[in-house]
Parts: sequence; C-alpha cells; structure tokens
Amino acid sequence: MPAWLMQPRTGGLLLLAAIMVLVYLAAPNNFYLDVAIQIGLNAIVVVGLNLLIGYAGQISLGHAGFFGLGAYASAVLPAHFGVPPLAAPVVGMLSVGLLAFLVARPILRLKGHYLAMATLGLGILVFMLLTNESQLTGGPDGMAVERLRIFGERISGKDWWYLITAAMLLLSVWLTLNLIDSPTGRALRALHDSQIAAQVAGVDVARFKVIAFVYSAMLASLAGSMSALYSGFVTPDKAGFIHSIELVIMVVLGGMGSTFGGILGAAVLTSLPQFLTVFAEYEHMILGAILMAVMIFLRRGILPSTLDLLARRRTG
Amino acid sequence: MSQLAVEHLSIDFGGLRAIDKLSFEIAPGTIHSIIGPNGAGKTTLFNLITGIYTPSEGCILLDGEEVTGLPPHLLARRGMCRTFQNLQIFERMSAVENVMLGRHLHESKNLLGHLLRLPGVVEENRRSRAKSMELLELVGLGEQADAPAGALPYGALKRLEIARALAGQPKMLLLDEPAAGCNAVETQEIDAVIQTVAGQGVTVVLVEHDMHLVMNISNHILVLDYGRKLAEGTAEEVRQNPEVIAAYLGQQAEEAAAHA
Ligand SMILES: Nc1ncnc2c1ncn2[C@@H]1O[C@H](COP(=O)(O)OP(=O)(O)O)[C@@H](O)[C@H]1O
Ligand SMILES: [Mg+2]
Repeated sequence: MPAWLMQPRTGGLLLLAAIMVLVYLAAPNNFYLDVAIQIGLNAIVVVGLNLLIGYAGQISLGHAGFFGLGAYASAVLPAHFGVPPLAAPVVGMLSVGLLAFLVARPILRLKGHYLAMATLGLGILVFMLLTNESQLTGGPDGMAVERLRIFGERISGKDWWYLITAAMLLLSVWLTLNLIDSPTGRALRALHDSQIAAQVAGVDVARFKVIAFVYSAMLASLAGSMSALYSGFVTPDKAGFIHSIELVIMVVLGGMGSTFGGILGAAVLTSLPQFLTVFAEYEHMILGAILMAVMIFLRRGILPSTLDLLARRRTG
Repeated sequence: MSQLAVEHLSIDFGGLRAIDKLSFEIAPGTIHSIIGPNGAGKTTLFNLITGIYTPSEGCILLDGEEVTGLPPHLLARRGMCRTFQNLQIFERMSAVENVMLGRHLHESKNLLGHLLRLPGVVEENRRSRAKSMELLELVGLGEQADAPAGALPYGALKRLEIARALAGQPKMLLLDEPAAGCNAVETQEIDAVIQTVAGQGVTVVLVEHDMHLVMNISNHILVLDYGRKLAEGTAEEVRQNPEVIAAYLGQQAEEAAAHA
C-alpha cells in the first residue's frame, strides 16, 4: 500500500467512510439504521472528548451538559425565539463555545480528582437548569422539537439523518486529525506528558487547555442539536450524569489518544445494550463484565491494544 | 552588560532555605558552570531562573529587565531554554515530535489554519520536521526520529532533551547535568554539542558533576554550597580556591589538575 494511504487522515478516513457505506447497505431494517445514527451522534462527542481526555489529558465528567444544551438549543430556540431549526444548532454551538470558554480557565487550573469534581458539578448544574426552567424547557417531561426543513423539504427520515450524521462525523474526524498533527495538537499532547517541559518550551498551557475544552464542548453541542432534531423530542436525561459517564467510558474503552479508537468505543457501548436485551435482566451484568474484561486485558483501549498485538505478532 | 543578573535571591521550602541571598551575573556568549555537592541548590536555582519557582526574596534580571515572577512560557519568549536533570520527556510523542514541540514559539498560532490544514500549515510541519531532524542528527539520534520517545534508553533521552531545548533557538541555554548517567562516548558527544552551541554565541549555563568536562569548557564557574555562593571565577581560580578544595572539590580537583 502506498505510504500516503497509511495515514489516519487518508486511509483512516477512507476506511471509516467505507464502513459507513457498508453499514447503510447491509442494515436489514430501520432499527439498525437508528442504532447506527445513535452511534454516529455519540461518536461526534467522543471525537472531541478524546482530544480533551486522551490527547490533552484533562478529564471531564460534564460533557453531557454541553450535549444537553445543544439539544435544547434545537428545541427552545425555534419554539420560543423564532430561530429557524437549521440555524439553532449553530447558535447553540456558538453559545456553548462561549460558555465553555468562560468556565474553562478557572476549571482547568484544577487537576485530577478536583477537575473531575468541577466538571461533574458543571454537568449537574446544566441538568438542573434544564429540569427546573420548565416554562422554557418543559421540565422533566421534556419538549417536542420542530422538524428540520432544508429548501422546504422536511428532514425526518432515517436515511436523511444517517447521511447527515455520517457527513458530520467525517467532518469532525477530519478537523480533529488535522488539529492533532499541527503545532496546536503537539502542544496539547505535550502538556499531557509534561506540563513543565511544555511551559519551558513556550507553551501557554492554560490557553491550550481552553482550546481543547471549548472545541470538545462545541462538538458535544452539535451532536446534541442533531440528536434533538433527529428524534423530534428532548428530555433532560441526555444532559445527565449517566450520559457523561457513558461518554467517558466510550473514550477509555475504545482508546484514549486514538481518534478512531474512540469511535469504536462509541460503537461498542451504544450498540451493546441494544443487542444485549435478549439477555433480559442480565443485560447490565454482561455489559459490566465486558467493560471490566476490556480494561484488564486491553488496558490502552480496544483499538490501540489490538493494533499493538497485531504489530507484535508481525515482527516477533 | 550582563545577560542574566541574580540579586539577593532566596527561596524557602518550609523551614529549608534552598537558595540563600545569592547574587551573581552571567556575561553573554560564555559557558557558565554551576557546581556544588548534591542538594546544594543547583536545580532549584534553575527552577527559579526559568520561572518554575517564585523566589521568596530577591530579583532576577534578564537583559537588564526585571523578570522575577514571570511564568516559564513568557521567559521562553525571551530566549531562555533548558533541560531537566530528572527527564521531562513527552513520552507518547515520537522523538522528532519532541523536538518539533521545542520549536513551538517559532510556529504559527493560527487555530483555524491548523483545523483546516491550510497549505501553510502543511509546509510549516514539513519545515519544522526538517529542522528538528537536523538537531536530532546533531545529538546523534537521527536513526530514532520516529520511535516513541518513551521507548528510548536513558542516554538517548538526555540528548533528546538537549535537541528539544536547542529547537527553541535559545539566547540562553540552561543544561542540568546533561551528561549524568551517560557513558564516556556519549559524554564526549555532549561536550562537543555544548562547544558547538556556545561557538554560535549562545550563552550556556551548565550544571554538571563531570569535573573534567566542567574544567575544560567553562569560561566561568560558580560554586554553590547549601544555597550560598562558596566561590566563583575562572576554572583556574576555582581550582586553587582553598575553601572549594576543602569543602567540595578535594580529591576530584587534584585529579582534574593532574589531567589538565
Ligand atoms: N520542591 C521542593 N520542595 C521541598 N524541598 C525542595 C524542593 N526542591 C528542592 N528542595 C530541596 O532543596 C535543596 C536543594 O535541592 P536541589 O536544588 O535539587 O539540589 P542540587 O540540584 O544542587 O542537587 C535540597 O535539600 C532539596 O531537598
Ligand atoms: Mg540537581
């Protein structure tokens, strides 16, 4: 294979696109397409979150909050402020970006457990806000979302949303891979391994943490907005703690510091519960056992650990 | 005018005064060595000069301007680069990427350009890589450029740190025991690199235990003991200083004198 095809940005993206086409052609019915769309939406969040957690080494247990804000931007802005549904995700992303920018500096001065607690608190704050502002958000029951129209055409079918999600995921991956292989990406990866050495080389560590935080928050918001427009309904639990944890598990499971690994993690964790329902009440136990097994045997995450094994088999 | 001036500098860790009212100057374009027994405060002094620690008292002047309390990344902009005694390597990045990071201040900050991978960024990556490769060759690590830094042996990492520091195109380079743990051949390579760099007009501040290396290449030596200045001067002056011989050099100094 030519060298230029072995790069994540070329071969990796092409492979991802090919898998997307195959899944679309092979999906026996709409149920599978729906699962695939859910995977894609989570994957968009995970691609951004992996930049923050896996590459820059900064934990966040609150990113479902940004997802939720994006989702409610799609719901509330058209319903109460007359913003067209197509513009709502953009307004949502910009607002979430601004919010993330404002909280990032004080929060990201913290490290480890303290950072985890602070981001957790931020997520809970958003969840409470969405639950309690019931005149605007419909409270715990949620609210309906006006359907997206493009050139007068109502976008609601699974085929449409599969296409949109696939395109947005490819775009997010492309942008993120570009960033990782740039001076900004090197600064982010460097501060993960040695903050002091990065600073001494002139890296304004605070600035780059803010960049990763804002970028990942905006991708989460975008996915949230798309999710709301797709399902036609929003509830606060998509902004909740459990969803935040799920997103982090996807990153860790698939592979911290591996963009495609994170997507694999999103695919596994989103689809497993759907297919484990045949085990009825044992579903959660089996899911837990799988997670533990992966972390024990493939510690660096499914994709990086597997690639390592393959490489070692080939050379040794 | 001196390039770096330190005046009445002190720092306390709890009850311990690691640097005690220390004053000295470093002239531009010289190799300035700082020696002293373990725990004398050499690394602490480096951490103060590069902004990692804030002094309890005293001040630091760089090119005649006060820089006391400035954070490390702003001092880096004024041409200060350093290596670490206890390695600070970006282990998940390749060797050449470690050096490329050293060029951070000479690379673009255009975030949008980085996201969209504009042609300028591709060209910049290519140029950064080429310059970093040259530095890896200089320290003898050209072969290992694409190896993950975490997989390299200790001696290689010591030299990788030097290459990364040089990538910043420093006006002042601080090396904290660059030859510690290296074998004779590696030490000689490091010696040659230091001389090359100094020959290009870069001020080198060197902390090193290898007295042979220090005595051979230093224009000026500062001897520290318990955070205080014990003596300073040329290699010859320091070698003959009775206090230094009594307190520290002793056997080593006589050996070095015999060699010289
Ligand atoms: N961060 C710190 N906290 C507490 N004590 C420190 C710290 N850094 C250095 N010290 C103490 O300061 C003294 C000088 O240490 P150091 O500068 O590492 O010496 P050297 O580099 O000359 O061997 C030692 O007694 C050391 O234990
Ligand atoms: Mg030391």
